[in-house]
Order: sequence, then C-alpha cells, then structure tokens
Amino acid sequence: MQKTPFWLAGLMALPVAAEAKTEISWWHAMTGANAEVVTKIAGDFNASQADYELKPVFKGTYPETLNAGIAAFRAGQAPDIIQVFDVGTGVMMGAQGAIKPVAEVLQEGGYEFDKSQYLPGIVGYYSTPEGDMLSFPYNSSSPILYYNKDIFEKAGLDVENPPKTWAEVWAAARKIKESGAATCGYTSTWLTWIHTENFAAWNNVSWGTNENGLAGTPELKIDGPLFVKHFQELADLAKEGVFVYGGRTSEAKQNFTSGECGILTESSGGLGDIVKSGMNYGIGQLPYDETAEGAPQNTTPGGASLWVMGGKSDETYKGVAAFFNYLSQTEVQQYLHEQSGYLPVTMAAYEATKGSDFYQQNPGRETPILQMMGKQPTENSKGVRAPNLPQLRDIQNEEYEKMLAGQQDAATALKNAAERGNAAIREAAGG
Amino acid sequence: MRRTVFPHKLLPWLLLAPQLAITLIFFYWPAAQAFRQSVLREDAFGLKTTFVGLANFRKVLGDPNYLNSVRVTVVFSVLVAFCAMAIALFLAVQAEKIVRGKGFYRTLMIWPYAVAPAIAGMLWLFMFNPSFGTLAWPLRQMGIYWNPLLDGEQAMALVVAAATWKQISYNFLFFVAGLQAIPRSLLEAAAIDGASRRHAFWTITFPLLAPTTFFLLVVNTVYALFDTFGIIHAVTGGGPGKATETLVYKVYNDGFVNLIMGDSAAQSVILMIIVIALTAFQFRFIERRVHYG
Repeated sequence: MQKTPFWLAGLMALPVAAEAKTEISWWHAMTGANAEVVTKIAGDFNASQADYELKPVFKGTYPETLNAGIAAFRAGQAPDIIQVFDVGTGVMMGAQGAIKPVAEVLQEGGYEFDKSQYLPGIVGYYSTPEGDMLSFPYNSSSPILYYNKDIFEKAGLDVENPPKTWAEVWAAARKIKESGAATCGYTSTWLTWIHTENFAAWNNVSWGTNENGLAGTPELKIDGPLFVKHFQELADLAKEGVFVYGGRTSEAKQNFTSGECGILTESSGGLGDIVKSGMNYGIGQLPYDETAEGAPQNTTPGGASLWVMGGKSDETYKGVAAFFNYLSQTEVQQYLHEQSGYLPVTMAAYEATKGSDFYQQNPGRETPILQMMGKQPTENSKGVRAPNLPQLRDIQNEEYEKMLAGQQDAATALKNAAERGNAAIREAAGG
Repeated sequence: MRRTVFPHKLLPWLLLAPQLAITLIFFYWPAAQAFRQSVLREDAFGLKTTFVGLANFRKVLGDPNYLNSVRVTVVFSVLVAFCAMAIALFLAVQAEKIVRGKGFYRTLMIWPYAVAPAIAGMLWLFMFNPSFGTLAWPLRQMGIYWNPLLDGEQAMALVVAAATWKQISYNFLFFVAGLQAIPRSLLEAAAIDGASRRHAFWTITFPLLAPTTFFLLVVNTVYALFDTFGIIHAVTGGGPGKATETLVYKVYNDGFVNLIMGDSAAQSVILMIIVIALTAFQFRFIERRVHYG
C-alpha cells in the first residue's frame, strides 16, 4: 500500500470543505435589470449565512424555463426552485407529487407562515382554495395605463388627468388621431391578460365558472355581454386606425415608446423600458367600464412565482425555507420593489416603501398596488386559473386577431374563443 | 473497382460504431420515444399515464386546425422551394455572364447561407415589423396597408421571403456548379445554329441542369418543411390566427407551449411518415426521369 502524498491529501480535502454547504438550485427567467436583481439577492443570501449556497441559473423565457423544469423533472433532474409565470400556475398546481407546497416547506423549516403578513391579492392567487400557499410570489405585476404627456398636450387633452374609463380612453384616443398629435391613439400589450382576465376582475364580471377556475375546472364566460361590448369598441377603433395592435405579448410597448401611439395599457413590470426611452410619460390606473356595476373592483397579479420541486432531501428543503424567509424580509422586498417595478409581497415592505419618499419621487409606482388592494376580492377578481391557460390564451389571441383584421365581429370572436376554450379545458381536465 | 477486404469481422463494425451510435442515440431512440408517447395520454409531468391506443391520431387527424396546418405547410413549402430555386437559378445564370469580379459576386451571394434561421427571421422582422420596421414605414407611405401582425397573407409573404432569402445562397452555389458542368460545345453549337439565348437556355441548359434541380428540389422541400422553424418562431410565432402555423410549428406549440404531449407526439409520428414517404417517392419515381447527361 502506498502512502498518499501530503499535497494530494490536501487537494482531496478541498471539495469536502466546499460540500459542507448544501447547494440549492434556482431556475429563473429574468433578463436585463431583473436578472441583476436575482444575482444580487442570491449573493446577499449566500453571504448572510454559511449553510446553504443558492445558485441561480437563467433558463430562457418563461415558457422555456417551465419546459426545462418539466423535462428535467421527467429525467429525474429537477431543480430545487423554479420560477413559473402566472399562466403556468394551473399546470404546476395540477402536478401534485412533483411539487412541494411553499407553506409546508416554510413550516417544516421551522418558520412560521403567517398569511396575514402578505398582500392578500397576490398570495390568494398562488394558494389553494383552502388558503395554503403553494408557491412563493417572487415578481408580481399589474396592468396600468401609460400616456405620452407631449402627445396629450399637442392633442389638447388634460395632461395631468389621464382617462379613467374605457369610454374616456376611446374619446382621448380618437382626439389624438384626429388632431394629428400622433398617428395612433391607443395600443395595448397582452389583450388576453389585460383586456380579458383583468378586464373581468376590474369590472367584476365572471371570466369563468367555479370562481374563475380557482375552485375547480372553469367553464369560460368570456362571451358575456360586457366583453362583447368592450371588444366591439376595440374592433371599431382598430378599423378607424385609432387602436393599433402590436402583438400577442408585450410588443405594443414599442409602438408607445416610439411615439407612434399616445396611450398604452401594459404591465407595471414594463416600466423600466418606458423610463429608459426617456419619454415624457404619465401613469394612470387601468381604465374600467363605467357601465359595469361596482367597477373598479381590483386587478389580478401577473408575473411569476417560485415553486419548490418535490422529492428533495430535508436539508435542501431547510435551505429553501431559509431562502424564502430571507426573501420575505422587509429590506429585501423593498429593494425588489423599488429596483424592478414589481410589487412587494409583504405588507411590511409596502408600508416601509410608503414610509420612505419613494412614491413621492416616483409618482405612479403605487398605482398597481392600490389597484390590487383597493377592495376585498370577489369571486370574479381573485385571478383566473385553468389547467391549460397558455392554450386558452393562444385560442383567444387567434380569435382576437381575426376580429381585429375585420374577418369577424366581437360577438363571433368571443363566442368562438369561449367554445374552443371550453373544449380544450374539457380535454385537458379529462386527460 | 478494387474490393477492400478487412482481415476480420470486428473491424468494420468498429469503424462504423461512431456513426451507428449517433444514429441510434439521436434518431432511433427519440423516434421510438415519439412512437411510445403517441399512444399515451399523459400530463406534462408524466405523473399520470394512460394507454389510449390510436386515439391521439384520430383526434389530431379530425382536428380542423391540423388540416389548416397541412394547408399552410403545403402553401409555404411550395412557395419557398419554388421561389428559392427560381431566384437562385436566375442569379446563377446572371453571375455566369459576368466577366470581371465573378468571385466577388459569388461570395456575396453565398453569404446569407451562414446566417442562422432565427437571426434571418429577426433580420426580416426588423425590416418589416409594422411598429419598428425600417421598411414598413415607407410601405405605409406608399399607401399599402402593411400589417403582418393581423393580415395572414402578409405574414405568410414575410416568412416565405425570409425563408427563401436564406436558402437562395445554397441553391445558387449548386446551380453555379451545375452550370459550369454543362459542356460549352453544346451551347456553341446552338449559337451557330442560330438559337436565341432564351431558346438555348430552355432547350439545353435547363434540361442538363435537371440532376441539380432534382437534388435541390428534395433539399429545398425538406428545408421548407423542417428547417424553417426558427424563422417562423422569430417572425410570426405561427400567427396571426393560425395563418403561418406549419406542421412542425404545431408540434412545438402543442407539445411545448400547450403541454399536450400525446397529440404532439402523434403529429411527430405523422410527420416522420410523411418524410419517409416523400423521400422514397422522390427517389423512386422522379429520379428515374431525370436526365443525368
């Protein structure tokens, strides 16, 4: 037998020392400024304790990250934490056995999980009907209205008071176009998320049965009269050239930052690009339909949450719990909120931001929170959920595009969207 | 021809092994997986699996959206293959006529081939996107209502243009080679007999190019069917409506966006059958009639 040389023994001891830390993998889909926030939070968490090493890994867009996670799970290589966008929530909730509820992780990790500390509108969306939090809301956003102050001035509109209802938006948009202040009055990102899902919640009308799918498999109600009225108005504006369609996701932001359109509805998370464009912009609440009873109600969150995958070691779960506990801390949440434009998750962080002069210095940044917190959510406004929400949105987009191209009216588009959507839901739920 | 004889039986297998391994791992294994998945119904995570026989195939083939995809694919492939070959042939013939700087023009013509599909798509998107496209604005100034985000035909034209542009280089290269292989004497004889240039092209050059044209037809069809995913993904994402959703794009959309694995796998299997049939047909029946000079 040979004696191990001294230097080799030293070399072998090195990885052992590193292994004392439990590694926790975190797959995310954040880019640009938001990716820097992820890196900073992970670095700070690692520096704050000695037992766990959090490793964030960028996995592409939201759908790509979700798919990578699913493929990895099937291959038995799932990450510990994965960031899943709002529409993937139904998919993850259906995957019992593949995931571990966050409330459980926190409790087992020795942390008290007090629901009342979190913003109800956000946490409600990521919980079971019984109220158990399933995933950790990392980045939440809400749709708001942006307007170009220069264009408003040129068109002779009130620069300080953006339109509050859709009727006012249409009127302002027409005036922008007619006065020649801009070639396009109004544009919007995400017709599905803003004009369908949030439109339902904000105007307190049903998107689907079973509390919009939160309490069970939904049947779509998006062909209701208020939706038809709204989309017909939108289709008419498109025909006049007052409304310009930008695309299915956030492409329309370009039409706004380029100065082509005077008004935009977009996620509060899109603020960064608008600030970067250097334009003279203003922020207003998401418009509501003045004929809807009780409107405005409250908006529902978009964005993404962090899911914990199942079948990991106890040590890993302890680390995940420690990280979520760290993430809930007021300073961390405040940092996240002020840096990224996403909403804070805890009441304390919201109060702390209110206590500072951040909202005075950055007017409009509180708007998305106020929208979401304004009223106690009804069964129409807690969010929407379906086992196949991405597919439903695809179907809606297809029908909306045909409508905006003038191939069908709003009533037909919505009827088709609802019927095709319901068939797809039945298929997904029965499969 | 001299026959190479290997000393024993193991060596040939050993030499073939790397290629066999690649084929097995990257072709047969995924193909087998697709077959397996196509007869199952499964949730995205693979937690619940049921054997459903051919139900997925019945569903896919009975779906009007699938038939729409078939139509879109046929239109797209025919347009891309035809345009890419016609333009490339025209350019190759013109490039042959150039006396000075032939190499320079050829290099420029071959350049786009090095561009990745997704980047080619982005390039065309930047030129023709209705909100920020550099060429979309002049189009609108000319009174053309340009909006491929809503107009299905314009969207189709855009992806066809991008896919064609990318393939022209490849075709150009082969046509140039093909043209050089045509004996000068034939063309000179035709010229002496008083044939016009056009006449000589259609009666001599074009038939003699048949092997090249046939080869390119196969390659272009396969390219249009399978290699254009990146372009469509970058430019239209299958929209508006389902106006540019080709069969391959639908496999992706159903499998990776909508997470319906069974349907997606069934579509892959159908695609595989289409490719096998197409290739077999082309090589068995069409190739025979090609004049190989």
